[in-house]
Amino acid sequence: MEKKWFVTASPHIADQESIPKIMYGVVISLIPAMLGAIYFFGPHAGWVMLVAVASAVATEAIIEKLMKKPITVRDGSAVVTGILLAMNVPAEVPWWIPLIGSAFAIAIGKIPFGGLGYNPMNPALLGRAFLLASWPTHMTIFKTRPLEWITHHPGLAQFLSKLSLYTPDPTGKFSLSGIDVITTATPLNVFKQQKDAILRFADDPSMTEKVKTAHEAISQLYDSYGNLFWGKIGGCIGETSVFLLLIGAIYLIYKRYIRLRIPLSYIGTVAILSWIFGGVDGLFSGDPLFHVLAGGLMLGAFYMATDMVTSPVTSAGGYIFGIGCGIITVLIRLIGGYPEGVSYSILLMNLTVPLIDRYTKPKTFGKVKNK
Amino acid sequence: MRLKRLTFKGGVHPPERKELSEEQAIEALPLPSYVVIPLQQHLGAPAEPIVAVGDMVRTGDKICEAKGFVSVPSHASISGKVKAIEKRPHPVAGEALAIVIESDGKDEMSPNIGPVANYLALDVEEMKKKIQQAGLAGMGGAAFPTHVKLSPPANKPIDTFILNGAECEPYLTADHRLMLEHPNEILEGVRIIMKILGCKNGYIAIEKNKPDAIAVFQKLVNEAGDNLRVVALNVKYPQGAEKQLIKAITNRKVPAGGLPMDVGCLVHNVGTAKAVYEAVALNKPLYERVVTVSGRGIRQPKNLRVRIGTPFQNLIDFCGGLSDDTVKIINGGPMMGIAQYTLEVPVTKGTSGILALTSSETRIAEPQPCIRCGRCVEVCPMNLLPNTLARLVEYKRFDEARELGVLDCIECGSCAFVCPSKIRHVHHIKFGKLEVTKMMKAKAA
Repeated sequence: MEKKWFVTASPHIADQESIPKIMYGVVISLIPAMLGAIYFFGPHAGWVMLVAVASAVATEAIIEKLMKKPITVRDGSAVVTGILLAMNVPAEVPWWIPLIGSAFAIAIGKIPFGGLGYNPMNPALLGRAFLLASWPTHMTIFKTRPLEWITHHPGLAQFLSKLSLYTPDPTGKFSLSGIDVITTATPLNVFKQQKDAILRFADDPSMTEKVKTAHEAISQLYDSYGNLFWGKIGGCIGETSVFLLLIGAIYLIYKRYIRLRIPLSYIGTVAILSWIFGGVDGLFSGDPLFHVLAGGLMLGAFYMATDMVTSPVTSAGGYIFGIGCGIITVLIRLIGGYPEGVSYSILLMNLTVPLIDRYTKPKTFGKVKNK
Repeated sequence: MRLKRLTFKGGVHPPERKELSEEQAIEALPLPSYVVIPLQQHLGAPAEPIVAVGDMVRTGDKICEAKGFVSVPSHASISGKVKAIEKRPHPVAGEALAIVIESDGKDEMSPNIGPVANYLALDVEEMKKKIQQAGLAGMGGAAFPTHVKLSPPANKPIDTFILNGAECEPYLTADHRLMLEHPNEILEGVRIIMKILGCKNGYIAIEKNKPDAIAVFQKLVNEAGDNLRVVALNVKYPQGAEKQLIKAITNRKVPAGGLPMDVGCLVHNVGTAKAVYEAVALNKPLYERVVTVSGRGIRQPKNLRVRIGTPFQNLIDFCGGLSDDTVKIINGGPMMGIAQYTLEVPVTKGTSGILALTSSETRIAEPQPCIRCGRCVEVCPMNLLPNTLARLVEYKRFDEARELGVLDCIECGSCAFVCPSKIRHVHHIKFGKLEVTKMMKAKAA
């Protein structure tokens, strides 16, 4: 009896890439930001991430089990969704917030469309949007100042200051005189309230004066671009340290799991538009660097707008997608009701992807334009 | 000369694995006890048998005649007795009519074979006739009848001939060995082809991973003072694909749905060029060719000169047999070759290699859903959207597949090679092409 050979279509060799490799590559790239989150916000941030991942994986497994379908959790995509969801909530949320968020992301944002590869919108962002709409108070209050948790652990504080990883904050709590606007402490939120106040009190010189005083206080919030860059600011778990996010992004680019076209066009658009329209002293008075470094832009641009499933496959499409995200983000930040615009801009642009792909189909080699 | 990079957009870098066989000089395979010569070894109409069961034939005797212009005859590759004309396993078609010849062990040559005096002075039409009569079909794999390519219509003059020595398929080294061991015959074939075409520019295109072959031709061309240029191509798959090769060297783009002649070019493989020389200068029909037998499943990889019609089994046995972990047998290269279900299939004119792949070097994986990573789009040398095409065909949306250029796919397999989801793009696209062609024929009728 002759041996039986496999007969499949060509090609018969393939490179080593696989879905789990890509997904766990993304997980690896997020490790610096995850460790950073625990450092900045304390162990609770770690629990939030753990709950989010466990919830995402369990939800996927349970639903697939109930639907009598193959269990796909090993491909790593649910793990990524869980981590990204956790990165998009404040560190102090109660434990059931990431639990519900991840479950929603998987059960509503992913499985009903056919699972991995078929979901039109980024599941983690959808989960976050759901949480923000349902429990806005939990989702927008960032009580803890970064590194504050360490003060509750004197031994650790001593140890970390020896490593120059921690300096006790002399300013302590801050309060603003004149205007009682600060309920939350993300720099973007402060920025928004400040700008609104200036516009509101434009005719009242005494108020303008007060706003200016407030501005001084605000600058304490993030002190410098350096704090924004390194992550010593309030915010969601994963969005604070630009530096740590960039380390991961460089890894993703090196592994060719993401392309620069989306983050570059996205961030570039935000920078240009916020420079032109973001200032209070007329056009071209905005602070582009602040807008680029603050909020979840880096997280969104490098980790969520680049989600393969929900972004265009074509090169030109990537640029259009990124610019679109940038325009919507700036619109929301400057005119809309939210201080942040990254999540919604990406979700909205996700929905345009089929259209973008259709109209950016590359020209076939040797194809002459039909006239 | 143009200093642009000699390459094309897209493509992939599969492991070359040429080291398995590239040092192996061409060896002649001992005569097989029987050969199976399919009536169809070329694109176009199958040939018609002109021998009957029981007839005695000599090596080089014509045994089947071309049917129509786009068709070529075939010849006995050993001397002996016609044992059967019946359906036999075929490396490309699955099963096809073939003439089976039992060897008499004498290898008696047809008296027609012999040197032709002053062959370069022959009339062009005479040369083309010899090429057609010798049964030449492209030896790079596609097996298009050579004389047809050499007969462009008057309104499509050819000004550039490119000798394709890229051999970009991994594993394969037959062309490489041929270039090292028979450069003069190949060059003579090039001269004949250029005379037939009346074209001025000739390029000898070789990938940079074969520096010895490049040096050999550079030296010969310099000595002869021919109007030929040796070009070293960047190593990238599918560098040897006709349209990509023409783009890399001449910067001309063959129009979608068109042929190289539309941009005044013609490409022939090195094996074909050598066969052209043998047909015109030696009256030798195409009854043997060089085949790379390689892959980790082959104990001693070799480059063999083999009579057409020799069963794969003979070549593999001669190379020490198969290792136990062999899972796949391929006719051709690993990127575009065709998987075989039996070792009874014969070597045909288009068989450039026989590969035995082990589970460690091939991939047998269940396809996963497309995660739209876009890698297939990036590597597609034809600028298509392979993931979209595969999905459209899967959903039987052939009209849309056609609009998106499914017929322009050259089936190089770069998309499936890089796909992390192991989607079988080429499988889907080949099926889509069949259906779209059917659809178009039905519409035309």
